[in-house]
Amino acid sequence: MKIHEFQAKQVLARHGVPIPRGRVAATPDECAAVAAELGGGLCVVKAQVHVGGRGKAGGVKLAKTPDEARQMGAQILGMDIKGLTVHKVLVEEGIAIDKEIYLGMILDRDSKRIVVMVSAEGGMDIEEVAERTPEKIARCTINPALGLTDYQVRHLCFGAGLPKDKVKEIAVFLKALYQAITQSDATLAEINPLVITKDGTLIAADAKMDIDENALYRQKDLALLQESEENDPIEEEARRRGLTYVHLDGDIGIIGNGAGLVMTSLDVVAREGGKAANFLDIGGGAKAEVVRNALEVVLLEPKVRGVVINIFGGITRCDEVAKGVIDAAGKLDIKVPVVVRLEGTSVEEGKKLLAESGLNLVPAGSMREAAAKVVELAYAGGH
Amino acid sequence: MSIFINHETRVLVQGLTGREGRFHSEQMIAYGTKVVGGVTPGKGGTTELGVPMFDTVGRARAATGADASIIFVPPAGAADAILEAVDAGMPLVICITEGVPTQDMVRVYEVLRHSETRLIGPNCPGVITPGGCKMGIMPGHIFKPGIVGMVSRSGTLTYEVAKNLSDRGLGQSTVVGIGGDPIIGTPFIDVMKAFENDPATEICVLAGEIGGSDEETAAAYIKTMTKPVIGFISGRTAPPGKRMGHAGAIVSGNKGTAQAKVDALEAAGVKVAATTDEVGELVEKTLREKGRLPAAAAR
Repeated sequence: MKIHEFQAKQVLARHGVPIPRGRVAATPDECAAVAAELGGGLCVVKAQVHVGGRGKAGGVKLAKTPDEARQMGAQILGMDIKGLTVHKVLVEEGIAIDKEIYLGMILDRDSKRIVVMVSAEGGMDIEEVAERTPEKIARCTINPALGLTDYQVRHLCFGAGLPKDKVKEIAVFLKALYQAITQSDATLAEINPLVITKDGTLIAADAKMDIDENALYRQKDLALLQESEENDPIEEEARRRGLTYVHLDGDIGIIGNGAGLVMTSLDVVAREGGKAANFLDIGGGAKAEVVRNALEVVLLEPKVRGVVINIFGGITRCDEVAKGVIDAAGKLDIKVPVVVRLEGTSVEEGKKLLAESGLNLVPAGSMREAAAKVVELAYAGGH
Repeated sequence: MSIFINHETRVLVQGLTGREGRFHSEQMIAYGTKVVGGVTPGKGGTTELGVPMFDTVGRARAATGADASIIFVPPAGAADAILEAVDAGMPLVICITEGVPTQDMVRVYEVLRHSETRLIGPNCPGVITPGGCKMGIMPGHIFKPGIVGMVSRSGTLTYEVAKNLSDRGLGQSTVVGIGGDPIIGTPFIDVMKAFENDPATEICVLAGEIGGSDEETAAAYIKTMTKPVIGFISGRTAPPGKRMGHAGAIVSGNKGTAQAKVDALEAAGVKVAATTDEVGELVEKTLREKGRLPAAAAR
């Protein structure tokens, strides 16, 4: 789960990391007000969206006066950055930058530990640095039983060629970042850039954190920050109904049980010439109500021209699935073809229920057949 | 023969009295799995489903001689349950639980590194040696005994492929679901090594998915294997940056793409199927070419 820059900075501040003074604003007038609060001098207005590369997209601007902050706010608020609309900006005091350093920590699946990365070439182009000159990034993995040790900090700072007179201070930032990533159950925590200002002080000018969704049960404060990925109303609705739904940009609705099977259904539909409108996993052991909810949510997308339901019952019972489909089809006025493929536990009962329902549901014997049928029926009137 | 489990495996169920634990313990017993005990703190001394209950894994192992444990403990307690099993010296631990916090697994893995225990999962369907032992939540009837060793990151996808194989008369030696989380106990490569050394396995199926580099790592080993391997990768059309259900199934940047995995497997000599049906076709074709097609499949 992604959180915004201003939220990540608040987490870091709680662990003792110095951050610039500032506040979040949702209107141009609020931007001017925050700029005035900050003293009326140079400030920066930054889009708060769950996507990288906003600086290059024009989502970060400097303002010399509160009036300019209002103008910049007006430009950025409502802006579209990689498909996401900006609803909030962070207005912060300007910083006189001397050097920009990169500090990053990520839960690494290969080493199965947190990996720390430090570079003297922080800032917007860190991805390029990683790509072109990986030797400029010092890294090590952290043993969870020991935590980040002093010698590792020295290895990282000297290895990355950071200013020697600042190593002791940067160590404090690294330890705070490690505290933040572990205590917040984050899977990623970055300070980029960590700025050395012209007067020699250190401050976290930008920050990023992703939180492990599996740990939200014990991160109650952070759980409250959860927003639908793209302010997508259908994803929001699906989440409210407890469904694992990802909105995609095609027109064939897809419902299945188990992440791997649903992903495969997407692939098979694509092979048959269709394009998935979504990924929806009803999970294991779903009852009729879950299936009904799933069908309702998928049909919220007006582009959907056909739906395929692909179930391999293990703990999920096909008769429960059939009941849910029949229930939804009876209540909703479904105008698009719905192809149902059932296999596994209670499959005969499920097929019988569907056949006897008198509803216009198209049965399919295999995943491939289901995909072919839904594509054929959905595009019967042409693309 | 088989890998990891067989008809002699003595199974302990951690969390036997929970809703999931009870249901699947019944199913496992019905399948013929030797369930020798259960662990639920506070229930020690009682009997459930005809097996003795214990308060701790240590006592249960001492009393029953269990050599494998399966965990149905909820996410908040799952990591602790794994650590308890490792501490009791359990050789094999299968964690079914979905939703274990990743940092809990970082700590667990640090202990596993220095132990003799093999962990499978978490967030996995378990392991089945058809006709011998089922330790998991898979529907037992779709698996048939045979010579195909299969490993997958996903549950229902495993069933889809396994049923296809069984319907073609291609039984399985052992089927292993390694789990869909970012940090798991047993990666593909370990399972492939076990299949390579298992006399009962003549051909392997590896069903991977987008995210991470586990398939690529396994490919380097597969190149050295004597047994043929058929591959399948799910998520070929998944867009980058979108998590496809499994916490581990996400393409970030250009890492973990389906194409990279297909390429790595093909470079290792693996025939990669485009669909789940094709997996069965390729297994059949390969065995026929080697003159090793089982009689049941030679129609």
